[in-house]
Amino acid sequence: MVLAGGTDFYPARVGRSVTEDILDIAGIAALRGISETDAGWRLGATTTWSELIEAPLPPLFDGLKRAAREVGGRQIQNAGTIAGNICNASPAADGVPALLALESEVELARRDGVRRIPLSAFITGVRKTELQPGELVVALHVPRPGHDARSAFLKLGARRYLVISIAMASTVVEVEHGRVAAARVAVGACSPVAQRLPALEQALTGAPFDARLGERVAASHLAPLSPIDDVRGSAGYRSDAALVLLRRLLSTVAA
Amino acid sequence: MKLEFTLNGHAASWDGPPVARLAAALRDDLGLTGTKIGCDAGDCGACTVLLDGRQVCSCLVAMGQVSGRSVETVEGLESGPDAMAALQQSFLDHGAAQCGICTPGMLMAAQELVRRNSKPTRAEVEDSLGGVLCRCTGYGKIVDAVMDVVAPAPAAAPLAGEAIGSRIVRVDGPAKVTGRDLFGADAIPADALWIRVVRSPHARARFELGDLEPLRQRLTAVLTAADVPFNGYGIYPDIKDQPVLADGQVRYRGEAVVALVGERAEVMAIRDDEVPITWMPEPPLFGVDAAMAEGAPLVQADRPGNLLLKGGVKRGDPAAAFKACAALAEGTFETAFVEHAYVEPEAGWARRVGDRIEIHATTQTPYMDRDEIANLMRLKPEAVRVVPTACGGGFGGKLDLSVQPLIAIAAWTLGRPVALVYTRPESMAASTKRHPARVKARFGCDADGKLLACDVTALFDTGAYASWGPTVANRVPVHAMGPYAIPNVRTWGEAFFTNGPPAGAFRGFGVPQAAIAHEAMLDELADKLGIDRLEFRYRNALRAGDTTATGQTLAHSAGLSQCLDALRPHWRKAHEEIAAFNATGGSHRRGIGIGCMWYGIGNTSMSNPSRMRVGLSPAGTLTLYSGALDIGQGSNTIMVQIAADAVGLPASRFALVTGDTDLTADAGKTSASRQTFVSGKAAEKAGQDLRQQILRLANAGPDALLSLEGATLSVRDGAEVRTIDLATAGPLMGEGTFDPPTTPLDADGQGVPYATYAFAAQLAEVEVDIELGTVKVLRIVAAHDVGRAINPTLVEGQIQGGVAQGLGLALMEEYLPGRTENLHDYLIPTVGDVPEIECLLIEDREPLGPSGAKGIGEPALVPTAPAILGAVHHATGVRVHRVPLLPHRLREAIVALKGKPQ
Repeated sequence: MVLAGGTDFYPARVGRSVTEDILDIAGIAALRGISETDAGWRLGATTTWSELIEAPLPPLFDGLKRAAREVGGRQIQNAGTIAGNICNASPAADGVPALLALESEVELARRDGVRRIPLSAFITGVRKTELQPGELVVALHVPRPGHDARSAFLKLGARRYLVISIAMASTVVEVEHGRVAAARVAVGACSPVAQRLPALEQALTGAPFDARLGERVAASHLAPLSPIDDVRGSAGYRSDAALVLLRRLLSTVAA
Repeated sequence: MKLEFTLNGHAASWDGPPVARLAAALRDDLGLTGTKIGCDAGDCGACTVLLDGRQVCSCLVAMGQVSGRSVETVEGLESGPDAMAALQQSFLDHGAAQCGICTPGMLMAAQELVRRNSKPTRAEVEDSLGGVLCRCTGYGKIVDAVMDVVAPAPAAAPLAGEAIGSRIVRVDGPAKVTGRDLFGADAIPADALWIRVVRSPHARARFELGDLEPLRQRLTAVLTAADVPFNGYGIYPDIKDQPVLADGQVRYRGEAVVALVGERAEVMAIRDDEVPITWMPEPPLFGVDAAMAEGAPLVQADRPGNLLLKGGVKRGDPAAAFKACAALAEGTFETAFVEHAYVEPEAGWARRVGDRIEIHATTQTPYMDRDEIANLMRLKPEAVRVVPTACGGGFGGKLDLSVQPLIAIAAWTLGRPVALVYTRPESMAASTKRHPARVKARFGCDADGKLLACDVTALFDTGAYASWGPTVANRVPVHAMGPYAIPNVRTWGEAFFTNGPPAGAFRGFGVPQAAIAHEAMLDELADKLGIDRLEFRYRNALRAGDTTATGQTLAHSAGLSQCLDALRPHWRKAHEEIAAFNATGGSHRRGIGIGCMWYGIGNTSMSNPSRMRVGLSPAGTLTLYSGALDIGQGSNTIMVQIAADAVGLPASRFALVTGDTDLTADAGKTSASRQTFVSGKAAEKAGQDLRQQILRLANAGPDALLSLEGATLSVRDGAEVRTIDLATAGPLMGEGTFDPPTTPLDADGQGVPYATYAFAAQLAEVEVDIELGTVKVLRIVAAHDVGRAINPTLVEGQIQGGVAQGLGLALMEEYLPGRTENLHDYLIPTVGDVPEIECLLIEDREPLGPSGAKGIGEPALVPTAPAILGAVHHATGVRVHRVPLLPHRLREAIVALKGKPQ
């Protein structure tokens, strides 16, 4: 079992002793921090949400930074790591929709090599990932977009802080000559794994980049989602809420 | 692994497994118990410390990661002995600490902020404190304390005779803001054995225990039902229905079955599936419909129909009066199980001292605990000593026994100290809850808006065991018509056993549930007649001279109309602002609502005396011996204020001995909002008694002025000064007892159930996101008739904390066994959810109370949910019939009402 920020590790072990073997990677400097390359940005696996919030990053990352501010409370943001959020693979992981909209790739290392896979392929189900025995997530890579990019994130919860999302949405919109050159939109907590919405992304492409962008969202765009009933909300409500969040999100990002 | 780090600025070393939690290492190995553990899961923030200057939950930090780094805890805030940090002083002066269990975490979270930014905005403070839960304060005074850290507002230090009404700081405040106060888990002896309780995963099952001998070989002891001398406890002398350890049958999920006793690491290492229990689950009964159904299985074999209790109040002829009404309103309202969610889980330890057992535990009621433990162990009450620790929040949930029986039985049998600290999920699964209620109400009035009749039936789910169910079922019919003069009344309450968690006492004893119904009825009638909702209530408010539905004439102190007068300007101004906001259109709409309540102080038609003592020693030490337990509400402080003015010496001269059943007299339980009124009156009498003795010794008149210098007491009577040498005249002891005058209720509920009532009215402004169904409470104005505010800061703190719990009841709190047994699935309000709360204190003196005071603990919560729900109706047109009003429920109701806009 790999331990980094501990914000998912310890809550799963309330009132019982830890008996399994633990690999604590928090002290490995090479796994931490954000760097910029020609191809884009490398987010070290154990970069905390607070470090991300404080990092000088372009507006492309505004959505991810907003999501980071919605992770738990300040204490969790100071300890929880980006890789931990994806490896925990919760359907309500606050970082995942934004990282999907950023088209992040996951860099996995093992003794005999490294591989990179898209985040969308890395998380395979509720608490399930592609991580193989002997493998470690070492970084996420965010590619440099082809155009100027803006991004945003919205979260719906039943209270202000420290709340598990009922639904959330994130987007990255690339803009050229006042029009949407490319758009990526993802919704979380409305399916076992947060989902991109390709039909919506297509519908946005070419649209004028203005506050009416949100009006382009249609219920049919939500087809990839499969919300469930739970203590936080009903499936039907989640679908409705996702639609509302998406409209607001796209109006906000273009405002 | 041995590691070095910096702890509060000094080099420290620690040795142990690197995966150990920092919180545990600080508390158990490094002796710093100022850092509290509320959940061990990062959900509550009580354990917040600074790691390299950043706030973290120390329950989530591996010790291996602390190596070479800097850790700061609450103990490091002080720059030296008696040199509190500015932040601590500000917390103290603002009354930001109530029970104090969240205070160290709050201080450290705030410290991260104020070190960078000494003049933070409200939003910055909220972002910084968003990860620390407080269940007592409603956060307002905490936020103020952080914002005012560089501009402290020193609190009062009143002179002799001027303590009552002054905002003196809590007498136990310094201990709370320095982390020195000792709660249930803070002073467990190092050589104590520990208990881990194995609990039922089933709501209803029979079970058989297998061979426990192998476990007994590994551990010090394994306790089962057979080890409990008398295996039944309960609040009422004639209802001892709850076993300490289940005997072959469990009735709710979380019920205790087996207690493992041994070294701490040993008992924690044993998994539940290593304990040989063969479960035979049976279909559980959930909800009152299932419990009432024809042929329903019995939760308790000797309770036909699963009925715990029924009863009501009848006055006039409601059936005839309804026919004469110009307007009628009807509705049924449902509430859920609500968890107390005190930030301190149940904790304590016990030891055997000769032929006595001594229990140190968190509790609201040391004397009831003493008698109950004696009964369970077949001992005389004198053989049991209860030494309450500081109590990290109770709200009614620590009125029932928790850890006490098992630690007492194990320590008695084994002859060693034995400790038990509940985990958060265990606390939530095992402890009592607020009763789910279904309240069916019908109200009618004449064309002028004068209420003529009401009929209210409240059904309560009392869960698996009786606990305080009878108290709820008795109290609600007396209050269910609301604080209004209604000539024709029928109210009725019934409580049923189910396989839910035992429903017990929770701030308001069922009255908050009933208030949701009666206030919705008042709103509907007002709307039907086109009368302003506040004015409609004003017309019907109970006033001094009115007779209540139980036939009691209120002689004094019925201040509802004054509360409404105080709210009126706020109400009118808010209406204008809201109309302007709503005129702009958009997806958000605002609304305003009002809730009123009355609340009988003390037990319902039952004796509930308090006895207090004030001593003056030969050395000149003035001590209040108070059995009244301060669970954060501030009774320690106000008892001193009351006693000080009664004696005529400054409050600052008082020492306090509290709670210990060997050292104090019985002042009853901290519940029913009774401590200020009942124990406060006893403290006043005790102070007066001591003063009389002093005046007699000095042969002085009643207006003489006292002063105390060392062992010399000076009595100035006019121009004459006499001195008393306490070394020869002492010790002196004053004693006072008070039991509020009540009478039993007859079959129709007629009688005098309470000696006095608190009254209140609150208004709530909300903003509803119509598209998402979310409700943001923007503002609460709370007007409370408290008789007399002994300490206005503490009264405001009670109001703000009660409002926060009422907000939670209305909007987010729902306990579902097995599904919301932690503080991330069970939501209580955070600092970002509780709005600004303005408190308006109305002082309509109650002649029976100390200086005219009544009570405030429960009244603070009761009107809040009705006011919020009324505001939601005002904003959306949706009448809410079920709480909590989760976003999806409100959204579905909006769609049902208006159709789905596309």
